[in-house]
Amino acid sequence: MVRIIGFFVGLFFGVMALWAFGIGLYTQLTSPPEKTAASVFHRQPRELHLSSDGWFGHWGEKDYAQLQRGFQVYKEVCSACHSLNHVAFRDLTEIGYSDAEVKAIAAGFMVPGIDPDTGESTLRPGTPTDYFPKPFANDVAARAANHNAIPPDLSLITKARDGGAAYVYSLITGFQSMSPDVKKEFPDFDTPPGLYYNPYFANLNLAMPPPLTSNGQVQYKDGTNPTVDQMARDVAAFLVWTAEPSLSKRHQVGWPVLGFLLFATILAYLAKKQIWAENKQEFAEEVRRPARRKAA
Amino acid sequence: MSFPWARHYEPKAPFMRWLDEKLPLPRLVYNAIGAGYPVPRNLNYWWNFGVLAGFCLVLQIVTGVILAMHYAANATIAFDSTEHIMRDVNWGWLIRYAHMNGASAFFAVLYIHLFRGFFYGSYKAPREMVWLLGVTIFLLTMATGFMGYVLPWGQMSFWGAKVITGFFGAIPLVGEPLQMWLLGGYAPDNAALNRFFSLHFLLPFVIAAVVILHIWALHIPGSSNPTGVEVKDESDTVPFHPYYTAKDGFGLGVFLIIYCLFVFFMPNALGHADNYIPANPIATPAEIVPEWYFWPYYAILRAFTVDFHIPFTEFIIIPAKLLGVMAMFLSILVWFFMPWLDRSPVRSGHYRPTFRKYFWVLVIDLLVLGYCGGKPAEEPYVMLGQLAAAYYFLHFLVILPLVSSFERPESLPFSITEAVLGSDKKAVLGENTSPAT
Repeated sequence: MVRIIGFFVGLFFGVMALWAFGIGLYTQLTSPPEKTAASVFHRQPRELHLSSDGWFGHWGEKDYAQLQRGFQVYKEVCSACHSLNHVAFRDLTEIGYSDAEVKAIAAGFMVPGIDPDTGESTLRPGTPTDYFPKPFANDVAARAANHNAIPPDLSLITKARDGGAAYVYSLITGFQSMSPDVKKEFPDFDTPPGLYYNPYFANLNLAMPPPLTSNGQVQYKDGTNPTVDQMARDVAAFLVWTAEPSLSKRHQVGWPVLGFLLFATILAYLAKKQIWAENKQEFAEEVRRPARRKAA
Repeated sequence: MSFPWARHYEPKAPFMRWLDEKLPLPRLVYNAIGAGYPVPRNLNYWWNFGVLAGFCLVLQIVTGVILAMHYAANATIAFDSTEHIMRDVNWGWLIRYAHMNGASAFFAVLYIHLFRGFFYGSYKAPREMVWLLGVTIFLLTMATGFMGYVLPWGQMSFWGAKVITGFFGAIPLVGEPLQMWLLGGYAPDNAALNRFFSLHFLLPFVIAAVVILHIWALHIPGSSNPTGVEVKDESDTVPFHPYYTAKDGFGLGVFLIIYCLFVFFMPNALGHADNYIPANPIATPAEIVPEWYFWPYYAILRAFTVDFHIPFTEFIIIPAKLLGVMAMFLSILVWFFMPWLDRSPVRSGHYRPTFRKYFWVLVIDLLVLGYCGGKPAEEPYVMLGQLAAAYYFLHFLVILPLVSSFERPESLPFSITEAVLGSDKKAVLGENTSPAT
């Protein structure tokens, strides 16, 4: 009975799926979906190599300079519009700043506080335990200032976008005038006023104006030449760190763990082999003793 | 509940004797996974995955309980509390990545365990109850995994929850009120997040209880084996300990190496980038994709794009959405009927030439479904998914019953001993032609 009912149920669902396939195929053949400008001209991120790449990747002391430069770019450029909600000033000690430097950096930001005398909301200089302040009071203010787009929080941005740091780097450096091919193939496609053409952005039109426009926009203290490309690389590296401060530790802990497991697994394999080898011998002898069971 | 030659527990230390009289817990363990449980001697490495699944359950419960100490099930701070675990809790990133990838590891192990059952006919008499409980565990694990993915309250959490709970809306008449009652609102929000967290904490213990029943039911007929020939004599078995504890120990090591590669070196490889964006009810992601272990069912859901209606009229009997939801649930519920759909007296696929071919087609079919389910809902993925979905239902409900009726199986070995040694001397000598009583 189960088989008879099942047979018809199976046929029903099989036929319905095939029917849907047929209609889908017919639709494909008669009216194939039209291409969009975004599907043709959207580009994959350019390559970017950072010290954190790969299974041995980590932020060492030699990388602190780059991370600190990236922080400087965030502070002087990005922080005008983008928050960094999950990062506290105290975290900056992990990229090579001393406690005193962190204190000074924190004091340079005004964070929301409460006036101890009146109880009213006020702004006070930050302390290391404070988090980076938000540039806009709320989403409405953020939208109003940015062509109806909310600048995303940057703490996790390299984990929250396919391509990660390479995407951030490509996007920042990818602003360009629209290639004439776009207009040729898609006459209807346009970049509305207030938006900017960027082939690394999913729908090609980005509300963010080019943030890094000229070499030397940020004055690096360590003598690195602040080209737009260099600044974009540095801030991408910094944002890899903000997205996962534990990345270096994760890779560093991973290798000893793997080593231990490999050792333990080899031991387990040898133990298994030995236990089964004894058994095989006994087994062969026992089975060949014909009257064993009867005698017992 | 065991073979007559099973070893008996004999406590030697005075304390163990004293304990055995009052509470025979060591005896229970001895008989369940110790020397007191005789197991076929020819189990291959595919038989490691039951123990591994048990290990994954314990791993998920241990890491999950620790995460729950730091997580806040509140829609306004759930995302932040997850990041708090990643950044400020000591070793929090390790616990969280272990739990995230532990879910994937659990499902990978369960899928292998399940397909081992398909190939070797583990669902057949006398092990139907073991199978039914196993499918129940799989369903409970799916529910738990789904609700767990909602908890970080990222974009995919939110929109995944919206899509999955939307299934209930497809039920005629009561659907929409039911959906609203389940969610505690029109869309997933704080009420839904709280109940998901509560259930996500509860269900693993329900799973653990069903696992105990699963093992209990298994111990009545004893474990199956790659030949599918039942145990006949003591020479067919070895005690679980030390033979299979040793083999499982090695298997566990290999499993842990692969698992740790993910946890330490590619913890986000199996996840979706969008889940690192906080949930936003007014911004729909470009594509809504569940976790990889749900991809095959998601492809089946999306395969049914056409209403079932009376031909040449506008009268719809089953709308496409409901049909897709029915198909998706049926795609797992059909496993419950396996013991009665496949009537072949031969268990193991090793001796079933036709069944074996269709088994491998099913494996490829499920991989194709998974591939399509993980892709955006556009061509050619939907069409490919439709073909694969059609085969899926035909395989279980039409092909399998027919094959089991018409197939001529190859000749089976006389016993497990013969399968291992190439010949069973006792059988040849006629000393042991009847099964041991």
